[in-house]
Amino acid sequence: MSKKGITDRVAIIGMGCTRFTEHWDKSVDDLLIEAAYEAFADAGVEPADMEAAWLGTMDSGYAGMTLSSALKTAYIPVTRVENMCATGSEAFRQACYAVASGAYYMVLAIGVEKLKDSGYSGLVLREPPSDGTALNLTAPAAFSLLAPAYFNKYGLTPEQGKEVLSRIAWKNHRNGALNPKAQYRSEVPMERIMKSPMVASPLGVMDCSGVADGAAAAIIVRTDLAEKYRKDPVYVKALSVSVGPGDGRLRQDFDFTYIQENIHAAKEAYRQAGITNPRTQLDLAEVHDCFTPTELIIYEDLGFSERGTAWRDVMNGVFDLDGELPVNPDGGLKSFGHPIGASGLRMMYELYLQFQGRAGQRQLDTPKLGLTHNLGGFPWQCVSFISILGKERY
Amino acid sequence: MPNQPCGILGFGAYIPYHRLTRRTIAQAYGDRAQAGEKAVAHYDEDSVTLAVEASLDSLLSCKDSVSSIKSVYLATTTPSYAEKQASVTLAAALDLNTAVRTADVSHSLRASSQAMLAALDFAAVTAGLGQNTANPEGPSEAQHQEPNGVVLVAAADTRLAGAQGALEAVLGDGAAAFLIGSGEQVIARFVSAYSIAAEQTGQWRSASDEFVQMWEDRFVARMYGTALRAAVHGLVETSGVMLSEIHRVVLPAPHARMQQEAARALGLTEEQLVPGLEQHIGHTGTAYAPMMLASALEQAQPGERILFLSFGEGCDALLFEVTEQILTYRETRENSDNRKSRSIQGYLKQADNTLAYTSYLKWKGLLPLEPGRRPDPDRPSVPAMQRNLRQNLALYGTVCTQCGTKQYPKQRVCISCQAKDEMQEYRFYGRPARISTYTVDYLAASASSPVMIAVVDFDEGGRMMLEVTDCKPEELRIGLELDLTFRKLSVAGGLHTYAWKARPKR
Repeated sequence: MSKKGITDRVAIIGMGCTRFTEHWDKSVDDLLIEAAYEAFADAGVEPADMEAAWLGTMDSGYAGMTLSSALKTAYIPVTRVENMCATGSEAFRQACYAVASGAYYMVLAIGVEKLKDSGYSGLVLREPPSDGTALNLTAPAAFSLLAPAYFNKYGLTPEQGKEVLSRIAWKNHRNGALNPKAQYRSEVPMERIMKSPMVASPLGVMDCSGVADGAAAAIIVRTDLAEKYRKDPVYVKALSVSVGPGDGRLRQDFDFTYIQENIHAAKEAYRQAGITNPRTQLDLAEVHDCFTPTELIIYEDLGFSERGTAWRDVMNGVFDLDGELPVNPDGGLKSFGHPIGASGLRMMYELYLQFQGRAGQRQLDTPKLGLTHNLGGFPWQCVSFISILGKERY
Repeated sequence: MPNQPCGILGFGAYIPYHRLTRRTIAQAYGDRAQAGEKAVAHYDEDSVTLAVEASLDSLLSCKDSVSSIKSVYLATTTPSYAEKQASVTLAAALDLNTAVRTADVSHSLRASSQAMLAALDFAAVTAGLGQNTANPEGPSEAQHQEPNGVVLVAAADTRLAGAQGALEAVLGDGAAAFLIGSGEQVIARFVSAYSIAAEQTGQWRSASDEFVQMWEDRFVARMYGTALRAAVHGLVETSGVMLSEIHRVVLPAPHARMQQEAARALGLTEEQLVPGLEQHIGHTGTAYAPMMLASALEQAQPGERILFLSFGEGCDALLFEVTEQILTYRETRENSDNRKSRSIQGYLKQADNTLAYTSYLKWKGLLPLEPGRRPDPDRPSVPAMQRNLRQNLALYGTVCTQCGTKQYPKQRVCISCQAKDEMQEYRFYGRPARISTYTVDYLAASASSPVMIAVVDFDEGGRMMLEVTDCKPEELRIGLELDLTFRKLSVAGGLHTYAWKARPKR
């Protein structure tokens, strides 16, 4: 398909994912063990079959020892990976490349995060020592900067804009209600979303992703070995990451109605997978809906909607479970919850289940090609990851 | 030129935006309301930031003086550190040459007049020396313009009184600044001074006290009157200028009533008396008399004499004579840069008097609060502060010499053309800026919630993300014009972190 990239060279033969929730009774070790052993069982392999592992966690442990001590792995290489909220995807990416290189036959990619032990609401970053002038800005506030800029540019009144954002949260909760592993499993009426207590204007609590603990894992092998393990492995079509230099904070030409890294990551992933019209070629997408305006502009950054029109597509139900291109059928970060290091792999878990026809009440009609989009950082500078996974080999 | 006049070259002031009405205090306790209000430093302001604002105000119409400032004196009874100079922070924020003398003058409400007297001594000693020191090679056309050494005298206070006390209603926060020097540009020529040092205990705060204390009114009034009369009589005797020949008298007093009584005792008329500011901003400590002097200079006409009195363990009396220069000076003040010099009259009009009493208590640290649901800020790294000193205090970023892109914070590799190490320093202070997008953060922990953050674009290029202060969320909109303001971001581990924020241009 492409000169660069590893299209169809590696495949996923097993996955596991804990429920994402406030796991007051479970430790980081517990979560890692649950996700990993579900993946081992799913693939029909033994823990000892792993030749190497990549552990993604932003803040729940240092080094590969966090995983090796939980699983008692047999002196294999374990690498801890961190790339902010794209950490889980990054662990997966490293594992895929290691297998594609021929260094290993079978590896484990796993992500975990334990957020609810901190005692603080929302995400708290442990910052290195600094001069003390860092902005006192929370994650929802950083992403809420997108909202007034988008509304202003495309002529939406604040009321219209609020309704569009709420419609995104409403959709994700509606999907999550069908998912037994989601943090929040009930639909939420539009009115309650629109009137939820303000967190970072215009975002209310219901515009923010769920703060949860959880872990997710994938077992990756070379494509030519995959079918020995199962008849329905999931193939990796494209992997891309774009990390920005920080233009958005330094240059006036960034207007906060898009995220530059998303555009770069999408372009590269589509090139690898041979996608020219994502809206029609993709059957589903799991995107990084950390806050509702993020999902809104992702639709445009990833080419699902023309510039300035995503808000109309939202209101027309284009991205609903029964819409033209279902986005976040598993409930997304909003409803499924967002344990940082686990989220990227959780998105792939939904594609995996959907391709294998195991998505229960939210099962789509024979999806074959899907995308995950995972973002770490801020609108003005971030890590943007995209994977494209498929049910069939090209 | 040994006979060059010495005196005031420029003046400025600053009054915090927030005002607490005395009615609000009374309501909190079910007490009978007094009239008026007091200025309250925002949670992110202290005596240093107030002094920076007043100094910047004084420099707006004397921009040429910045390079001539040879000394910086900061008078305050409320410095942020007991050991670590405040005036040197002030000098850094003003981007002054490091080859400058700095001194904090403290421990008395008379600190401001003492700083001013020291500055006048300096001006007298260096009068006429400017041309020689500037260029020892010899005279030329250009150096003829070189002014003599200038002293910046700033006075700022944020004194604290215990809750529900008589002093709580009286004490306010504010600052004033003067440029003192010599030469034809002097707007108020220094004529004469007379000082009385008197061991008196009227108001005091011991090293371990949090709050100012005061002895009984009647006794303080008597001590005040005694020192005042001694200083004024001394000045009249030594200068040969009669009180009746003085047009404006700055007569600060702990209370308005004391001012009236003292004026009567001295035989001053209502017209001579510069009105006190107590009803509008409260008694602003050592900054109070200087703020009244600034207010007098806003209106004084050439030829008028101004008697400046300052009280605290004695009394300083300074006599000035206003020159013709004041007219052009005031004209320049009205039209400087993209903002006007505000001084007292300007800042009096910029006020939000809806401050709740509980907010006041929070800002002053008088209310024990439940810890926030966010971690406390870490102690800043001093080496990191030191590396970013010019950026954080004097507001320097960089401009790429290859492509001209202005960048903040400072960069080594250009964001636009990726040229490495082709940067020059570029100062963003004073340049017009407006909001590109913004947020109101209700989750961030702050003594003044919600926290407002704006993406700020400068008309001449460059972008910053800044906290917006002295602003209500509903004032924020895309395109809103902003001024930058020097503030205290946090205190952690005993270290004060200062940097710039934005506020609506008013």
